[in-house]
Amino acid sequence: MTAVLDPGAAAARATDAILGDTLRGTARGIVVDSPPGAGKSTLVVRAALELAAAGRPLMVVAQTNSQVDDLVVRLAEKAPDLPVGRLHSSDSDPYDKVLDGLDNVRKSAKAADLAGLDIVISTAAKWAHVKNVEPWGHAIVDEAYQMRSDALLAVAGLFERALFVGDPGQLDPFSIVGADQWAGLSYDPSASAVSTLLAHNPELPQHRLPVSWRLPASAAPLVSDAFYPFTPFRSGTDHGDRRMSFGVPSDGSGPDRVLDEAAESGWGLLELPARHTPRTDPEAVRAVALVVSRLLDRGGAATSERSPAPVPVTADRVAVGTAHRDQAAAVRAALTELGVTGVAVDTANRLQGREFDVTVILHPLSGRPDATAFHLETGRLCVLASRHRHACVVVCREGVADLLDEHPSTEPVQLGVTVKFPDGWEANHAVLAHLREHRVPWRP
Amino acid sequence: MSLITTLARLEAVDSGRAQPLATVRHRHLTDRPLVLVPLTTAGEAGAPLGALVGTDRAAPRLITVAQPRDRDLRFAFLAELAEAVLPHIESYADAGEPAERNETDPGTGKKVKVEVELCTDAAQLIVPSRAGIDFVRLLGRSMRFRRTVEDDPDTPYPAPARVPLLGRWLTHYGERARVPGSSLLLAATDLLNRHWATGQSSLEDQHLGALLAWIDPPEGEPGSAAALRAEAGRDRAGQLFCPPAGPATDPAFDNRLLAPAIERYDRARTALATAEDGLAADARLGELSGAEREIRSLLAGVLRPTWDAVWRGLDLLAELPEGARAEDRWTRDRWSFTGHRDRVRAGEPPQPRRDDAVTAAQKLASRETAQAQLEAQEALDDPLVLAGRRLAGEAFVGVVTDVEMAYSESKRPSPRPLVTVRTDERPHLGERTKVYRSLDGKPQTAEFVAYVPEESEGVLDGGSADEEILLVLRITDRMGRGKEPAPGSVPEPGDRFAWTLFEHDQRGGPKLPDPEDTPWTHGGPPGAAADGPAEKPDPVTAEDLL
Repeated sequence: MTAVLDPGAAAARATDAILGDTLRGTARGIVVDSPPGAGKSTLVVRAALELAAAGRPLMVVAQTNSQVDDLVVRLAEKAPDLPVGRLHSSDSDPYDKVLDGLDNVRKSAKAADLAGLDIVISTAAKWAHVKNVEPWGHAIVDEAYQMRSDALLAVAGLFERALFVGDPGQLDPFSIVGADQWAGLSYDPSASAVSTLLAHNPELPQHRLPVSWRLPASAAPLVSDAFYPFTPFRSGTDHGDRRMSFGVPSDGSGPDRVLDEAAESGWGLLELPARHTPRTDPEAVRAVALVVSRLLDRGGAATSERSPAPVPVTADRVAVGTAHRDQAAAVRAALTELGVTGVAVDTANRLQGREFDVTVILHPLSGRPDATAFHLETGRLCVLASRHRHACVVVCREGVADLLDEHPSTEPVQLGVTVKFPDGWEANHAVLAHLREHRVPWRP
Repeated sequence: MSLITTLARLEAVDSGRAQPLATVRHRHLTDRPLVLVPLTTAGEAGAPLGALVGTDRAAPRLITVAQPRDRDLRFAFLAELAEAVLPHIESYADAGEPAERNETDPGTGKKVKVEVELCTDAAQLIVPSRAGIDFVRLLGRSMRFRRTVEDDPDTPYPAPARVPLLGRWLTHYGERARVPGSSLLLAATDLLNRHWATGQSSLEDQHLGALLAWIDPPEGEPGSAAALRAEAGRDRAGQLFCPPAGPATDPAFDNRLLAPAIERYDRARTALATAEDGLAADARLGELSGAEREIRSLLAGVLRPTWDAVWRGLDLLAELPEGARAEDRWTRDRWSFTGHRDRVRAGEPPQPRRDDAVTAAQKLASRETAQAQLEAQEALDDPLVLAGRRLAGEAFVGVVTDVEMAYSESKRPSPRPLVTVRTDERPHLGERTKVYRSLDGKPQTAEFVAYVPEESEGVLDGGSADEEILLVLRITDRMGRGKEPAPGSVPEPGDRFAWTLFEHDQRGGPKLPDPEDTPWTHGGPPGAAADGPAEKPDPVTAEDLL
């Protein structure tokens, strides 16, 4: 075997092994870890189609309604004639109207109406209310690392065997009340579904997707080293496969220079002077909005393996990521003032699983006087730093490195809890060290 | 910390006095709370040292352990504590009223109403601090698996008769205290911190004395100075003016006063044991009880200030009128109390050491529901709390300027009136965000449709700072079944309401499997493992024996 396998071949081999275990294996569960943009959704769709083709009734559990709708659409693209059931809630407007245009999809709020269909898809929350039905032979649990253990408990009775797919580096599920009392128990209800599953069934086969197709060659090594130190992955594209350029030259301002740096190297850090600020730091928020508006105004265009001709980077290919919802709201308001519309502005939690050409992020620790567990959470930074295909611009106040040094992790050690590596502190330092090489000081 | 809390803390620093965070009291207080001020022995986990307990502030009952490492004395303490606490609990357990409860009929799976008895009130337990709640939990854990002579005549160190029962009750209280908004077991510091913001850090707020110094400082003295004295002020003998609220004691007290006193007690006890004749024994018994009296008076001296502080805190809280929905949550506490009473009466075994997978998930789900409900109810009960939510963009107050009738597009069109609201607030509204208002105490739902563009400017989203904006909401429920909305169910121009982006009520979660149906992903049914469903008592270890 050659030392460096072609990324396509490496990914195909991993996929084949996963599908082999799923279709022909005997284990009750299979766990697949997938780094950002490694083709997790493609894998889910493929596994679903192959199980359906083998005549095995399948239920699919996703975490949010938009993930469910997205999967249904992808399935319909691949297999327009396959009967698929979309189980939905009884709220008003429970699913994406796009599904109404798909002939193969039957929609209902009652599981009984969907009995007999090859594939039935719903959210974990809806599945939890399904009772008194014949269990499915197979299930696919998507985003299993974002599913809470207690949510799995509520649905696990519905299937015999399951394929669990997810990204261990993203945000852990959380609870709005303290759950320390159960920390260390194998079935801690606030832990992720996968950690409970593996604690009780350590013999289950575990697979890993080795190639990120989303992250460019400039980002994959950093994200892999900082967030997946023991399970490295690489990018599917090489340096030079992706390029970004602007129609309008830089005017020399901070936002323009950081955009040029990011277009060149894949990363840019726009650093504002050190200062303690409220969460919705007006200067930082304005800087974020300016970067976005300049990116669009300067006519950014990207070439990639998908298309050799430059494709304009339009508003829908750009996202702004923040830690808090009020920050997102403030950025939205600032963008509106600059006349920018159509850019996705959201918190890390809501950007999970999404992909853009360029992302602009407000660093979670920017301007803070303290570094709390929330702001240090590894998954938060990982999500924010791994949504882009071309470039990522980080807006941050100076002094985060010192802040980190002043706030070592002080969370109590819980007996029986697997310590998560890397911790947020370490990961934050790794990312900062890399960003410092692409630093542009703020000059309005 | 929310913006309004930060503001309140800044104001507190500025004015030298704690600032209110609430205009009503958000926790139910009974007219006869049982206050318990416990102390523990330094370096000896779970070894009680003493306690003041009672419902009469003028006459607390002092219980002490002269030698905390002596298990007989410890049992005597626990037995006395049981005598002080259990009759109080039982006096509430015996008074019930008829009530109805929804239960699932095991045969048909249908919901049926069952006639049950609900305790008319529940015993409320107040401890000084959060550490006190942990200590109650620890005491419960250490007692509930003990065996009495009746349980097992051969048990090597039988516990006094009522000790395991007290352990079960304290465990229940400790567990209930984890439910947001519950009031069965409360810490005075938590109660005060909920209602006032001080000018010190939240860590410092755990000190009952310092907290009271901010909330109710002595005449003419700023809160910060009073708090500093409460925290660090010492008399000439080096003892704190304001001893810690426990259960931990001040090391200076331990070293200079308590340790020598216990040593004298130990010496007197050894001397008594070695007394050779009755006369000598009598004299030495006198010395022993003298030594014991000294320890009692030392402990009373450090317990009493905390005892008085707890009552002072309760007095301050009693001045606030109770929030309208606090009674509701107390009713749930009464159900919890009644449920535990019934389990004890039915002879069920003590609570297990660890929750099984299903119980843990159920508890977490119900606490999350309680938390969301508490946050909503506090905001609905209290304009000051609502103001904090408004400032955070989670609620807004606006005046209805226009109502336009519209109907849903379906075979039987139902009313979906469009209401234009004018506000100068900036709620975080997105496409079809649901908002709620209170209509006769029930939530009415509307969804956000659009901002109305200003005629002149054409600013759509947000707008700048304090300008008033117009937004359109579509009312979607609570208008009756007819084609025309029920009278009074649609807002009218000029009406001024608070709309919230959070739900007023919480839906319960899904039903989880029964513990015996725990799925393979969670280790299968519990009890298959070694010790079976009924828990065994704790084994006696070397540390248990002196």
